Amino acid sequence: MPSHGALEAPHVSISGVTKVFSGRKGEVEALRTVDLDIRRGEFVSVVGPSGCGKSTLLMLLSGLLGRSAGEITIDGASIAGPNSDLGIVFQQDVLLEWRSALDNVLLQAEIRKSDMGEARTRARELLRMVSLQDFEDAYPRELSGGMRQRVSICRSLLHQPPLLLMDEPFGALDAMTRDQLQIDLLKLCAARDMTVFFITHSISEAIFLSDRVVVMTPRPGRIERVMDIDLPRPRRLALREDPKFIGYVHELTEIFKSLGVFKEE
Amino acid sequence: MASVPDTTYIARRNPLKTLGERIPPAVWTLIALLLFWEVMVRLREIPQYILPAPSVIFAEIVSYWHRLWPNALVTLGEILFGFACAVCIAVPLAVSVVYSQFMARAVFPIIVMSQTIPKVAIAPLLLTWFGYGVTPKIVIVIMLSFFPIVINTVMGLRATTPEMLYLARSMGANGWQIFWKFRLPKALPFIFGGLKLATALSVIGAIVAEFIGADKGLGYLILIAGANFDIARQFASIILISLMGMSFFGLLTWLERVAIPWRESVELSGKG
Repeated sequence: MPSHGALEAPHVSISGVTKVFSGRKGEVEALRTVDLDIRRGEFVSVVGPSGCGKSTLLMLLSGLLGRSAGEITIDGASIAGPNSDLGIVFQQDVLLEWRSALDNVLLQAEIRKSDMGEARTRARELLRMVSLQDFEDAYPRELSGGMRQRVSICRSLLHQPPLLLMDEPFGALDAMTRDQLQIDLLKLCAARDMTVFFITHSISEAIFLSDRVVVMTPRPGRIERVMDIDLPRPRRLALREDPKFIGYVHELTEIFKSLGVFKEE
Repeated sequence: MASVPDTTYIARRNPLKTLGERIPPAVWTLIALLLFWEVMVRLREIPQYILPAPSVIFAEIVSYWHRLWPNALVTLGEILFGFACAVCIAVPLAVSVVYSQFMARAVFPIIVMSQTIPKVAIAPLLLTWFGYGVTPKIVIVIMLSFFPIVINTVMGLRATTPEMLYLARSMGANGWQIFWKFRLPKALPFIFGGLKLATALSVIGAIVAEFIGADKGLGYLILIAGANFDIARQFASIILISLMGMSFFGLLTWLERVAIPWRESVELSGKG
């Protein structure tokens, strides 16, 4: 996917971004001078231990939180408030329990006051791509956790956003559902030209999905390392047994050991 | 006796088993209790001025109907009008508490604290202010039923999670859309919970208000019958009040099911 040269202007540019939260116990530095450029159409994952500020970084990108210092631009424009030109998926599916699966996907178009006929066609198409065509009319309570998260991914893609932000979207799912959803996600991404910013605490998930993996340190969150993942696409589950894949897992694990995230003694 | 072949016909088409299954068990319990009551009163020859049998009470409802129904209408009017007023005050108030810091900090705590005042104690005061008519009854109904509606609506509107609001804002939703498409539907089950609580309280409010001073209404009839030691007539009024209360509650339960269809799916999946 990232075939264009480095000459092209980055889709997302993060430079010198710092975030300090002031709470009751004083100030907490969540992020310290983070720099990262993301190319158009690139799949970038951020891996780090809990509390390293990766979710904070995502919130800053979405404009839902304001940064303390530094600059974030998307297509050259500085982010100053909530940015609606993107899709967002949280760890919780955040489906509205009073809407059917289809209507949950269509919420995106309703809020944006888009053409509903067109949106309906696209919503059905998206649900079919994640094998939920028979569950369009089901309420969220009638769906399993994995199905619900698939609906929420469809919702985030309905308006064909150029940028998709995902905050540990598969973190609450069991291992098998997780595998399936990773495949579904890659399929959905391959069908469109979209930049994905993906947060996870799973090393293998990050490698499996991404073009680049960003390693973050424990608080205050800094970028320790950015690793290119040179594996062919489309990716299949068997890729995880590939020596090259395993090599990446080892390399990332060593980095986290050196950061003191893993302690084996 | 023309009905005999009919019953056998029905019995053949619907065996007793399915007929019994279709009637809720609680109805059988009620029938059993009434039978027990009837039998005990007759066997032990309990005098009517202590405890009349259900059959006597039923006969009283029929023979006294011409006085019962106009008074029941008065009480029903007080209940429904007071309840409607309570909803009209409570829901907007709850919305203002959720949206305004001032209302939440300066007004809401006082509303909550005011609930420690026994409303019945205020009733004579209301009589002094509003006279003998329908007004003080309606005011008491409002005072009693408004609180659970406010509390539940506030709770419901605050049940929107931060993630829901993040999602809404990432879609570019304005405040109006956030209220109608996120907060209000989320709050509906809570609001209906409050409304159902309020139905029972509004009935209590109307009767208590009539006890304190009235010249019509079922509460008034109970007082008069009490003064005359007419127990059957008291029971007749009580049964009518209870039926009104139950129907009101049933109406709201039905409305709830219509307004919150996604809840029904919970019940269905719970059975499976």
